[in-house]
Amino acid sequence: MAALDTQLVEDPVSEAGKGYWSGVGARLIRDPVTMICLGVVLLLILSAIFAPYLGLADPYKGSMVKRLAPIGTEGNILGTDEQGRDMLARLIYGGRLTLFIGLTPVVLAFFIGGTLGIVAGYAGGWVNTVIMRTVDVFFAFPSVLLAIAISGALGAGIVNSLVSLTIVFIPPITRVAEAVTSGVRALEYIDAARASGANTLTVIRVHVIGNVLSPIFVYATSLTSVCMILAAGLSFLGIGVRPPEPEWGLMLNTLRSAIYVNPWLSALPGVMIFITSLCLNLLSDGVRSAMNVRD
Amino acid sequence: MSETKTLPDTTPDKGGPAQPLLIVRDLVKYFPVRGGILGGKKAVVQAVDGVSFEVRKGETLGIVGESGCGKSTTARLLIGLLEKDKGEIIYDGQALGSRLSLRDLRRGVQMVFQDSYASLNPRLTIEASIAFGARVQGLSDPVGRARKLMDRVGLAPERFAQRYPHEVSGGQRQRINIARALAMSPRLVVLDEAVSALDKSVEAQVLNLLSDLRREFGLTYIFISHDLNVVRYISDRILVMYLGEVVEIAPVDQIWTSQAHPYTRSLFSAMPSMDPDNRTKEPPLAGDPPNPINPPSGCRFHTRCRFAESVCKARVPALKPLTAGSEHLAACHLHDLGSGHSKAGKEMLP
Amino acid sequence: MFRYFIRRVILMLPVAFGVSVICFLLVQIAPGDPLTAIMPVDATADEQAAMRAIYGLDKPLPVQYAIWIGNLFQGDMGNSIATGRPVAGEVFGAVQNSLLLAFSAAVIAFPIGIFLGFLAGYFRDTLLDRTVTAISIAGVSVPNYWLGIVLVIIFSVNLGWLPSMGAGPGGSQDWAWDWLHMRHLVLPAVTLAVVPIGIVARTVRALAGDLLTQDFVMALYAKGMSRGDVLRHVARNAAATALSVMGLQLGYLLGGSILIETVFNWPGSGFLLSNAIFQRDLPLLQGTILVLALFFVAMNLIVDVAQAAIDPRIKRS
Repeated sequence: MAALDTQLVEDPVSEAGKGYWSGVGARLIRDPVTMICLGVVLLLILSAIFAPYLGLADPYKGSMVKRLAPIGTEGNILGTDEQGRDMLARLIYGGRLTLFIGLTPVVLAFFIGGTLGIVAGYAGGWVNTVIMRTVDVFFAFPSVLLAIAISGALGAGIVNSLVSLTIVFIPPITRVAEAVTSGVRALEYIDAARASGANTLTVIRVHVIGNVLSPIFVYATSLTSVCMILAAGLSFLGIGVRPPEPEWGLMLNTLRSAIYVNPWLSALPGVMIFITSLCLNLLSDGVRSAMNVRD
Repeated sequence: MSETKTLPDTTPDKGGPAQPLLIVRDLVKYFPVRGGILGGKKAVVQAVDGVSFEVRKGETLGIVGESGCGKSTTARLLIGLLEKDKGEIIYDGQALGSRLSLRDLRRGVQMVFQDSYASLNPRLTIEASIAFGARVQGLSDPVGRARKLMDRVGLAPERFAQRYPHEVSGGQRQRINIARALAMSPRLVVLDEAVSALDKSVEAQVLNLLSDLRREFGLTYIFISHDLNVVRYISDRILVMYLGEVVEIAPVDQIWTSQAHPYTRSLFSAMPSMDPDNRTKEPPLAGDPPNPINPPSGCRFHTRCRFAESVCKARVPALKPLTAGSEHLAACHLHDLGSGHSKAGKEMLP
Repeated sequence: MFRYFIRRVILMLPVAFGVSVICFLLVQIAPGDPLTAIMPVDATADEQAAMRAIYGLDKPLPVQYAIWIGNLFQGDMGNSIATGRPVAGEVFGAVQNSLLLAFSAAVIAFPIGIFLGFLAGYFRDTLLDRTVTAISIAGVSVPNYWLGIVLVIIFSVNLGWLPSMGAGPGGSQDWAWDWLHMRHLVLPAVTLAVVPIGIVARTVRALAGDLLTQDFVMALYAKGMSRGDVLRHVARNAAATALSVMGLQLGYLLGGSILIETVFNWPGSGFLLSNAIFQRDLPLLQGTILVLALFFVAMNLIVDVAQAAIDPRIKRS
């Protein structure tokens, strides 16, 4: 019965075209989970940006007296860390570097990998071979290993973390961009555009980019959660952000020594990483289904 | 005066009415096939192998043949979507690559594709799709031009201009594709299976539109189809292809009454007859066409031809007029008295 | 089949070459002179030049690479700067421990993932499905190094049931299949299993859901086949994809265990790697990464070939 029914249904109408973006927006708004996650992510980003104006304690100022105060202490609602610095302030300030290092590489890789993939997919031939075979080599490394290898060789530091994570995420985005672009490249409207005498750049600008950008974008958003976890993981290993900067991964690392003294306090930075990465994942799923992109 | 009427901004005629609009000489296109353990070049598909023909100003040349015979490859070569390996393409007396650039060729030659949906960018409005070519060619007022052409192909601009391809029907989309091709003010339009995907009733409307447009704007068509009835309806002359080669060219009336090449005959006999007194007597063509990677020697049809003799296997027949000065050309040893075929000149194919 | 295998091996060679080039370049991108770690601070310029010549560092990069790869083929990966011992020995000992951990995690993760994923796919759009989906999203979103800490807090700190450090009693490095050693494996293996549980469950759910709505399943029911037999058909169709996902996950477990090994002081390759990074022991870093990456390349090859053995369609494409 199911098979018969599907045959009677008319050709599926593409969602692209008029009202496409307003349709995506309308579907997103009707999706409570996605909206909540969007709210949480926005809240984290905004509180990180405006942290100095929130009336928080100084995240760098320690106190030998108040070390490892438990959660709920008067004046330090989330307690203090191993140097007596206010946890709430450090967690909120920590969002600045964590989110910056966790999200920037995906943005950079989206532009670099997207460009490489579109060029490879549109040009084909030896250009494609050179780009895609290089990408294959990077795929031979599990992402965690590659990030740690590059960061480990370059040494700790914010810029080095950004470089290594960007390198990690360029290959997967390139691969997706290449696959999507070569699919579009084979369609007749590209032939028609070429036959109209338009040069390659114009064809790519007008006819390719608009049709490949949303799947590449959706794929890139699905990487943000992994990137966050990896970025914090690098700091956790001591090859990301350097002390005394507040950063969730680094805080998780330094608080490990307090695990027997005040165990739940030491888990707090990880809760932040978990919440952020969970919301990013759910947000990406929501955007994906709203944009109707299949896996 | 109606014969000199053209689309606005059409490139002016150079060679005069006697100069064919398009001459194709010995066009060759091979596609490499990759395979083997290392994925290296293993073999070639001889998609188009030595095709020659002319298209006169103002006529419609129909090209027919089974799928995989090289019709579409020929079309793509003509408009420069594929690069030819060998041969010449001469547009209005100017050879492509020497006196004529690819860009200029595309001012004069445009194409309408089979898949009306895949040939329109889903993210562009109909108006933007039609205006795109005129804009990149630097023609004046691309949007106004697009709206006029929409009106001419039967789509009211005020209703359709801002719609997207998925919001209109298949027949309407193919009208858009025609308007898009005409927006470049071409003189030659290559229609590659342009009506094949449409419903029969819609097909007839689009065919009538194409005929009207040709008369109105003095266009020349190359009409590629596997449907003989459609080709007969619209064409002045018909070209038959088999495995990348031309086997017969003739005015439509002549080929309709007497097919010279055995392949053409079987092609026509496969068409159901409407008249019970005029039933098909020819046995249908057996088997699939041979693999174009390793086409048969000599006449490529000899493996399926009931008149085949040793000469057919040994020598490639030349495309020749049936009688001196005739417009009916065929590539078959049966029609070449000096070929050595035992039935040459005797077996007059009806 | 053999032809396909040979073809995959030949296609793998350039990748393996690229991997070795990247590992070689890792040392080149590292800031600072590689000699500073082994040379005394007061070494003269002549002594430095002599040392440079001994290590071949005065030669152009391609020559250095050729020497390095030549030594590699003889099993010589250089000596650790920190311990002075051959890198090869250190790495292989550690990789064994990592493999033990990765396989244990896989043994936990794959059956649970398949079971959850199948339940969700079979009972699509029910409460059960949504629960499993939530679990798998949480599984792929959790920073597992943090989860490890949480498990330590619960099972070591609060309950005191399981040890939190090392691979054996008293920091013993020698593995044995007894409870004294195996209890050290429990927490890291469970922690490491969480991400693959999420991924495998997600994959199997999608596969089962898609396959169960296909026409051939309808046809099997229509011809009177029992539910169990139909499910066997579905399972066989899903096997190739599920297998490839799991094979890759096993590779990721090996490469991704670094953080977990650090959390639990597990004496595996990741632990070795983080020591190498910490002590700027570049030969050790290079050797560990090379071995892990080549393991992953080999894993990919095995997955490809196994997949082709199950699903004949793959061989032809």
